[in-house]
Amino acid sequence: MTEGTGSGDGSSTEGEQVTYLEAIRQALWEEMKTDDRVFILGEDVGNYGGAFKITEGFLEEFGDDRIIDTPISESAIVGAAIGAAQMGLRPVAEMQFIDFIAPAFDMLVNFAAKVRYRTGEGAGLVVRGPCGAGARSGPFHSQNVESYFANVAGLKMVAPATVRDAKGLLRSAIRDPDPVLYFEHKHLYRRIKGELPTGEEVEVPLGEARTHREGSDLTVITYGSMVHKAAEAADRLAEEDGVELEVLDLRTLRPLDAGAMVESVKRTNRALVAHEAPGFGGFAGEITAQLNEEAFEWLDAPVRRVTAIDTPVPYSPPLEDYHLPQVEDLATAARWLLSY
Amino acid sequence: MSTLSATQLRELYRYLYLTRALEERFENLFKQGQIVGGLYRSLGQEATAVGSAYALGEEDWVAPSIRDLGAILVRGVEPRLMLRQYMARDNPMTGGRDNTTHFTVPELGILGPISPLGTQISVLNGVALAFRVRSEDRVCLAYQGDGASRTGAHHEGMNFAAVQDLPMVAVLEHNRWAFSTPSDAEAAVEDWTDVAAAYDVPVEQVDGNHVLEVYDATRRAVGRARDGGGMQLVVAETYRMLGHAQHDDQEYVPGEELEAWRERDPLDRYEAYLDETGVADGERRREIRDDVEAGLDEAVQEALDTPRPEPSDAGSRVWADEDGPRVPWTRRSPVGYDDAPADVPPAARETGGEET
Repeated sequence: MTEGTGSGDGSSTEGEQVTYLEAIRQALWEEMKTDDRVFILGEDVGNYGGAFKITEGFLEEFGDDRIIDTPISESAIVGAAIGAAQMGLRPVAEMQFIDFIAPAFDMLVNFAAKVRYRTGEGAGLVVRGPCGAGARSGPFHSQNVESYFANVAGLKMVAPATVRDAKGLLRSAIRDPDPVLYFEHKHLYRRIKGELPTGEEVEVPLGEARTHREGSDLTVITYGSMVHKAAEAADRLAEEDGVELEVLDLRTLRPLDAGAMVESVKRTNRALVAHEAPGFGGFAGEITAQLNEEAFEWLDAPVRRVTAIDTPVPYSPPLEDYHLPQVEDLATAARWLLSY
Repeated sequence: MSTLSATQLRELYRYLYLTRALEERFENLFKQGQIVGGLYRSLGQEATAVGSAYALGEEDWVAPSIRDLGAILVRGVEPRLMLRQYMARDNPMTGGRDNTTHFTVPELGILGPISPLGTQISVLNGVALAFRVRSEDRVCLAYQGDGASRTGAHHEGMNFAAVQDLPMVAVLEHNRWAFSTPSDAEAAVEDWTDVAAAYDVPVEQVDGNHVLEVYDATRRAVGRARDGGGMQLVVAETYRMLGHAQHDDQEYVPGEELEAWRERDPLDRYEAYLDETGVADGERRREIRDDVEAGLDEAVQEALDTPRPEPSDAGSRVWADEDGPRVPWTRRSPVGYDDAPADVPPAARETGGEET
């Protein structure tokens, strides 16, 4: 898979083709090189170089004060990141799989998210980890956790879909003065490649959506790996039906770029919201509600969602494929909306 | 015994008395409806908080629990600000957004706790990591009740500090009760210093109602931590003399046990010590108490004269770079069809724009 050729990707500069995983590694490496306040802590991030080898070679370069191998203690990892952030450091805490953020829920929801509001002293930290399904890894190595945190004021959340955004959003997240959850999709790690400019910084601010593919007939609002499935569905409908879907990649979930969603839907008059997590209580519900409030008059059809079915993520390939929203589901839903 | 000067010994008395007197003011203000929500007192435990905090240096950091008002006062937060904080008045620590001891004051080295218990050590570990990476000779001290020390977060924090050899002192306040649950139902250990073995950290057991013993033990622990000795534990044996909060009449506590601990009241015992040593006789102590009370009279009045926060303050300071205050749309006036959506399409305006 290669990245979409959408107009908003901005990857036209001369540069090298790198993977999504390499983009994450570069962002971490460069931020650590340029800012000695940045440090990484997590399980197996040092000696082993991270479960996915993202921090391979970091320990040798930066030493064990800045690359900290921790016990299997997600609460202590995030807790230490909060304290260090409050002292002016810029911690990047790794969850080996984002599913394991659950033991740190208290620290994120009750400490990190609320500390600026309560005390005026913020905590600029990043918690990053591999999210998402498709790797045949079962219920505890496949989840998408954004909606668990979506209702908590004080947390920011990003979910890059492209190589460029993987790098640019991580850079912005590390520099941000508030807690940012960075969801990197493990299925994209080595499957997508994109061009990164050499010798210049990739700047992707938090809170700005990106038009992955332009279209005039329907807007697919999505993020993370579903951006690529949406683009595939769009290509299919263009070829088979002669319609043009717009694919809006939110990139940041909080703060949400509601303006970009509303602007696009006001042009296309139809909206399909897609994500890989189950639908019930999922992030698509929030998007749907906002479109209802801000763009109802422009809609020619109800907003529909395409999401995973409402189950844990199963292990066996046919089960997992059934669980996950597929290109076919997106195409069917888009056709339903277009014929409404 | 400690090498404190007579002036310091009198200062300790002042903090012990101030802690108790301020909490008595709190209780009256609570009964008058001036303090809202919950009020948690540290009666009987004042020596643990005051003596341990007194053993820290100015540059060190501390994470109090709810019964560590004494430690906060020793760190230098003024009683007038504590009154404004407890009374939900405008104040520089929280602006009324959180209650009790839940605030952070970086310049005084205070890291505010949250209500989910046992979380302080983990967060202080990050403060200690910052000290280490900057090669600073500073120490962290976290307070944990015996109940709080039964959480997973506490164990993770203790273990992390021990593994990383961080300059951390945990003061375990063994006050016998976690709300209504006695400590023998909280843990199977009888001697709470046994818990140190799991982390392989040095531990000292101390009479938590004896302010100088607490001071001495903590001073030793802080010294070891500062000298690279890593995580330290101090188990302070004390007793919670009142219910969990004001609503709790503590009827589950055996009367004779309470009576026995009343005999060991930390203020009474310290007064006896000051008498014996001649550091502060009855007259001298009365002067200190009168001075504290006069200060509290003024502080209470100041707090009563301080307004509560503006309601709309609730809508700001969630993020550093937020794009304006949060106002419920139902309170943006006037709410009408023409005013609500910024730009309805012309067709809709023609058909629906008129009030029906």
